[in-house]
Amino acid sequence: MLDLVNVSKLFNPGTPDEKIALMNANLRFKTGDFVTVIGSNGAGKSTLMNIISGVMKPDIGEVRIEGKAIQHVPEYERSRWIGRVFQDPMAGTAPRMTIEENLTMAYKRGKTRGFGWGATSAKRQLFREHLSRLGIGLENRMNAKVGLLSGGERQALSLLMATFTKPAILLLDEHTAALDPARAELITRLTDEIVREMKLTTLMVTHNMEQAIRLGNRLIMMDKGRIILDIPEEKKTNLTVAQLLGEFEQISGNKLSDDRVILG
Amino acid sequence: MIDSIYGAIALGLLYALMALGVYITFRILDFPDLTVDGSFATGGAIAAIMITHGYSPILATLAAFGGGLVAGACTGLLHTKGKVNGLLAGILMMIALYSINIRIMGRPNVSVVNTETLLSPIMKPIGLFILVMGIAVVIVKLLLDAFLHTDLGLALRATGDNARMIRSFGANTDRTKILGISLSNGLVAVSGALIAQQGGFADISMGVGMIVIGLASVIIGEAIFGARSVFIATLAVVLGSIVYRIVVALALRVELFKSSDLKLVTALIVIIALVVPYVNRLLKQKSVARRRSAELLATVSLKKGGKS
Ligand SMILES: Nc1ncnc2c1ncn2[C@@H]1O[C@H](COP(=O)(O)OP(=O)(O)OP(=O)(O)O)[C@@H](O)[C@H]1O
Ligand SMILES: [Mg+2]
Repeated sequence: MLDLVNVSKLFNPGTPDEKIALMNANLRFKTGDFVTVIGSNGAGKSTLMNIISGVMKPDIGEVRIEGKAIQHVPEYERSRWIGRVFQDPMAGTAPRMTIEENLTMAYKRGKTRGFGWGATSAKRQLFREHLSRLGIGLENRMNAKVGLLSGGERQALSLLMATFTKPAILLLDEHTAALDPARAELITRLTDEIVREMKLTTLMVTHNMEQAIRLGNRLIMMDKGRIILDIPEEKKTNLTVAQLLGEFEQISGNKLSDDRVILG
Repeated sequence: MIDSIYGAIALGLLYALMALGVYITFRILDFPDLTVDGSFATGGAIAAIMITHGYSPILATLAAFGGGLVAGACTGLLHTKGKVNGLLAGILMMIALYSINIRIMGRPNVSVVNTETLLSPIMKPIGLFILVMGIAVVIVKLLLDAFLHTDLGLALRATGDNARMIRSFGANTDRTKILGISLSNGLVAVSGALIAQQGGFADISMGVGMIVIGLASVIIGEAIFGARSVFIATLAVVLGSIVYRIVVALALRVELFKSSDLKLVTALIVIIALVVPYVNRLLKQKSVARRRSAELLATVSLKKGGKS
């Protein structure tokens, strides 16, 4: 349902600062795939996400959703298909607006916004139900400004906002990296629950090797802008972290260098 | 004395619409829009010239609103599509409007004295004027509040709060910015149209310094009444505009000030209002940092003490 065909992206092309962020990436994702993405710093993981979501355009190559080339569709229009959670807990929510207002905006993901009343009581009821499923008490704080929430709470809210409208594609770029271990574990658990329950087609960048193996049905490893390893479900179930690191060294010739790496 | 206070309240209400406009750009969109100085006069010019040509004052005031919308949209387009720096886009439009306003009027000022205007039926007594204008301003404020709670209004607010987030949910932030700047200048122009009708003339320089007065109103209102919700924030802006006029009226009664000092006093109010919260925050941070360091130090030495 989501295809990347011969996608390349350079930064500062033709200058001494030239960086290869993506080199001839070819990937096909099936509906319902839950793919974890790992790789060293600067491997191009975020670039991959940004190209799918439309924050950046590929230099060459195509991005297709359901067979339709969309690489020229602007970011705000692609939101019709795509839900996202960012690494920075500040990035996914509007801090000076209330939880309820944030959810109201997320409710309209990819739809035209007009003069219809935002937070109607029917919507509020729906939000309350969804919030209570997070299990962190946000349903009782619907009129609190989001800026008052902790990083973990904000990230849980971001996750809910990105998913409760059932996007065709969910992009998670290290969305637990800025949280302390307990909070990160909570968000990871919620992610797994939500993605399974709603059968969302998901790409999740993580630096947690154990998590990358445990979650999802497919694992992609990147290095220097290339996809160097693509592990299907059958092989992934019996994979160990040591094997994974070994594979990486063998293919890339280097040790996996990720300043945030967690082996699990 | 009492008379001058009533006069100040009346003026404050007329300028409140302008202050609401400035609130939209400055606080909601986080976009310091200098177009205001030009579009205020544009509103006055359009209303005055249409009234002298025999159009109904209502139509003239609506046309002023339209003129402001267009002026704001131009600034918005310059900034979003032309990628011109926000401040510069506003300055460019302000300068361009200076010439356009003279074109509209055909000369540097137009008198509407002794002509029937929107405000003539309520000019006297001043109590009536305050009552009717008060109701009108509250209606505009409530309409604005309602708009800011619609889906489109929420997207507009999010554009100033976290543009990246609302883009990821499918709002075209260029469009919401243009919309906000446009609406803002529409309100500013209506305010200009009302001032022209109240004062009996439109003048090419009637908008000079308007942005600072708008900022002063917004900031004073916030400082006194807070901004917990949209409802309170817009109410604070209206009251801020009135308080500003009262402060000015009182300041002018002090022998120290001449009326030409007005702009200096206004600038000082804005400067104080901008600097004080910053210094406050800085001091607070420092004291928190000091306390935390002391705490941490205490726990460290405690642990050491336990071991020995
Ligand atoms: N805006 C930019 N301008 C210039 N170079 C960039 C830009 N964004 C990314 N790069 C470069 O492109 C390459 C890929 O970056 P990317 O952010 O996709 O890596 P990543 O895999 O997400 O890394 P990390 O694990 O550190 O998040 C890196 O070499 C990076 O320095
Ligand atoms: Mg990254």
